[in-house]
Amino acid sequence: MASVRSNKLFVRALGGTTALITSLSVVSCSGEKKAEGGFDGEVKVGILHSRSGTMAISENTVAEAELMAIDEINAKGGVVIDGKKLKIVPVEEDGASDWPTFAEKSKKLIDQDKVAVVFGGWTSASRKAMLPVYEAKDHFLFYPIQYEGQECSKNIFYSGATPNQQAEPAVDWLLKNKGKDFFLVGSDYVYPRTANTIMKEQLKAKGGKLVGEDYLPLGNTEVAPIIAKIKQALPKGGVIVNTLNGDSNVAFFKQMKAAGITPANGYSIMSFSIAEEEIAAIGPEYLEGTFAAWNYFQSLDTPASKKFTADFKAKYGDKRVTNDPAEAAYMMVYLWAAAAEKAKSVDDNKVREALVGVSFNAPEGKVTVQPNHHVEKLVLIGEVQKDGMFKILENQGFKKPVAWNQYVPETKGFTCDWTQKRPDAGKYKM
Amino acid sequence: MNLFLDTLFNGLAIGSVLVLAALGLAVVFGLMGVINMAHGELMMLGAYTTFVVQNLLKTGPLEGLFPIYILISIPLAFLVSGLAGLLLEATVIRRLYGRPLETLLATWGVSLILQQFVRSVSTAFALGLLLSVALGLFVHRFLPSHWWQQRWAPLLNFVNWLLASAIGIGLAASLGSVRVLDQAWFSARNIDVTAPQWLRGSIDIGSVNMPVARLFIIGLTIIALVSVNWFLQKSVWGIRIRAVTQNRSMSNCLGIPTETVDALTFLVGSGLAGVAGVAVTLLGSVGPNLGGNYIVDCFMVVVLGGVGKLLGTVLAALGIGVLSYVLGSGSLLLVWPTMPAALNELITFFATTSMAKVLVFALIVVFLQFRPAGLFPPRGRMVEV
Repeated sequence: MASVRSNKLFVRALGGTTALITSLSVVSCSGEKKAEGGFDGEVKVGILHSRSGTMAISENTVAEAELMAIDEINAKGGVVIDGKKLKIVPVEEDGASDWPTFAEKSKKLIDQDKVAVVFGGWTSASRKAMLPVYEAKDHFLFYPIQYEGQECSKNIFYSGATPNQQAEPAVDWLLKNKGKDFFLVGSDYVYPRTANTIMKEQLKAKGGKLVGEDYLPLGNTEVAPIIAKIKQALPKGGVIVNTLNGDSNVAFFKQMKAAGITPANGYSIMSFSIAEEEIAAIGPEYLEGTFAAWNYFQSLDTPASKKFTADFKAKYGDKRVTNDPAEAAYMMVYLWAAAAEKAKSVDDNKVREALVGVSFNAPEGKVTVQPNHHVEKLVLIGEVQKDGMFKILENQGFKKPVAWNQYVPETKGFTCDWTQKRPDAGKYKM
Repeated sequence: MNLFLDTLFNGLAIGSVLVLAALGLAVVFGLMGVINMAHGELMMLGAYTTFVVQNLLKTGPLEGLFPIYILISIPLAFLVSGLAGLLLEATVIRRLYGRPLETLLATWGVSLILQQFVRSVSTAFALGLLLSVALGLFVHRFLPSHWWQQRWAPLLNFVNWLLASAIGIGLAASLGSVRVLDQAWFSARNIDVTAPQWLRGSIDIGSVNMPVARLFIIGLTIIALVSVNWFLQKSVWGIRIRAVTQNRSMSNCLGIPTETVDALTFLVGSGLAGVAGVAVTLLGSVGPNLGGNYIVDCFMVVVLGGVGKLLGTVLAALGIGVLSYVLGSGSLLLVWPTMPAALNELITFFATTSMAKVLVFALIVVFLQFRPAGLFPPRGRMVEV
């Protein structure tokens, strides 16, 4: 202990002497010092993901990507406002895979920690639980996961895909390349139910045929009835769209393979909740040859993407993989920092207004925040390979987000634009 | 005919998982009347044992045994879960006999502890825990024995355990700074148990396609049932267990060591949960939450079957299996394609797995209204006990 202190004193003394002697070395020395700790202030941000419970497996990666973005921004001098360097200080909370906990911790982050913004959530259920808190306190949440749409809050920014940036292009691609007979399988909660409603309308409009659908309670592992139904409905192969979430996927793919419902036997299986992380958990041998639609794959061959993956591996270990949610989470921290610099303030109201139109060169490409608080995203269709990575089969380019779905009769013709000064800017008739 | 066979096989497949999962509970709950909420977690321990065995045999000198690792896991899982159950019985349940509500709460707490244990156990953690327990148990042997006859002996005991825990935590914390020792063994992530090659495919018998893993589970269930039945009916200890179940005080008078019998029953029930844990790794994912997915179904089966009757458990599980398959797969529509439109719509509505589960539960509730004691209610003098 004593030796450390005397060392510090020694360094300080040395710094002082050098400052007196040569001015040049002072400049270089103090410059280095600022990058390490020479900030003019701090800004607190909340990180609210499930670090325990059933969702921890997925949400850990997302939280880690956010912390990595924060470290990177801090290493470059933090958020610069009016020439002042603010260090981003993350305040971490655990949502514990329990939706009311997300709401409770949100209140704590806003009221006690006085954070400038919260990055958090994964399941739609957790977002739906948090939404009233942010609207009531007129505060500000960034949500990084692809979701079912049909929502457009003034207080939430969505950096994940809406259905028209993931599910709809995937269904179009399947109709064009893989067949017209669709079987929909999902977990029994809001995202799969809503996504399947949208897909059913889309199939009706585009000439596809729904041959069956089934829902499994979250965490259930008995899929024998579903397999029997698929065999009845699609005896000779066809398209299966899978929106199962979490553990059920493992049971689903293990038992499907045993029953011979595999790509080799003419079944095209498209999943919306399986990214690189989940492939590693389920085992690539069960998933090889199935498809997924995302906005980012680790295999995306661009310099930005490679750098992101390399940095992530360097920070968290060589065995780790990056995926779409991690990329969206990483990007949203940068979008927030850019907006804060644009607004010349970290005040949540000002940053929210400044965010629309802010761009960032994300791993997937240049993304821009749209007036409906969603992000323009790259649409990719991939096929799972032996090594657990995706081969990109089709790159459909960037697509603008649509919050209110245009296939569903109830929301057809509605739009959302928070740059409009009207009371119903969140949902109004075009 | 084809459809009939299909239904029979799939019903049997679903039912056999339920039988295997509920068998241990039928022994513990049925024979001892202990509501063991940690039963699912004992299954989870069995599943994790499978994972460990798989990884040990993957490489190294015993590589040749890898294809049959699942067979090796079965006795080991029985042992691991059985010993965990024994520990649970000796530390918690023994003190709570005849108090079902307290047992329920205590075992539920144990289930949470076990879940968190597999999430956070690392070498440092395990060593710390071991040290705490060892100190707590053995330190008083070295203290002067008359200290333990004093009035303040409970306080001394408390302080002893407090210090032991503190030292254990201290050890874990100081070892935790070493990266290798701090690495969690399993972590909160789900772990990957891959079935050996010979259990992966499926075979066609007639027109029915049967996955080998399902056949394996059905076989394992039959073996487990036969052995449990033999154990309870024919072996000396089995007969003692039944004697204690029927009349505890009389058995005691006749010289049956009832406490040993209790511990043994619990060991067998817990060990069976471990075997079920091995089986379910073939079907789904293995994670700390595995137990929670099965515990409700297990209780449902045992209650429906009638407490204390193995035959009831088997019939209830198979019944639930066939029923949830028939409802969930919508096979009724195929048998009777010309049914009235209203009925057709009703059946289609319930023909998803989650709605079928709702309906099965509802039917069970209705059934229990008419036969509150299940399919095979205990008769005669046993009712009074």
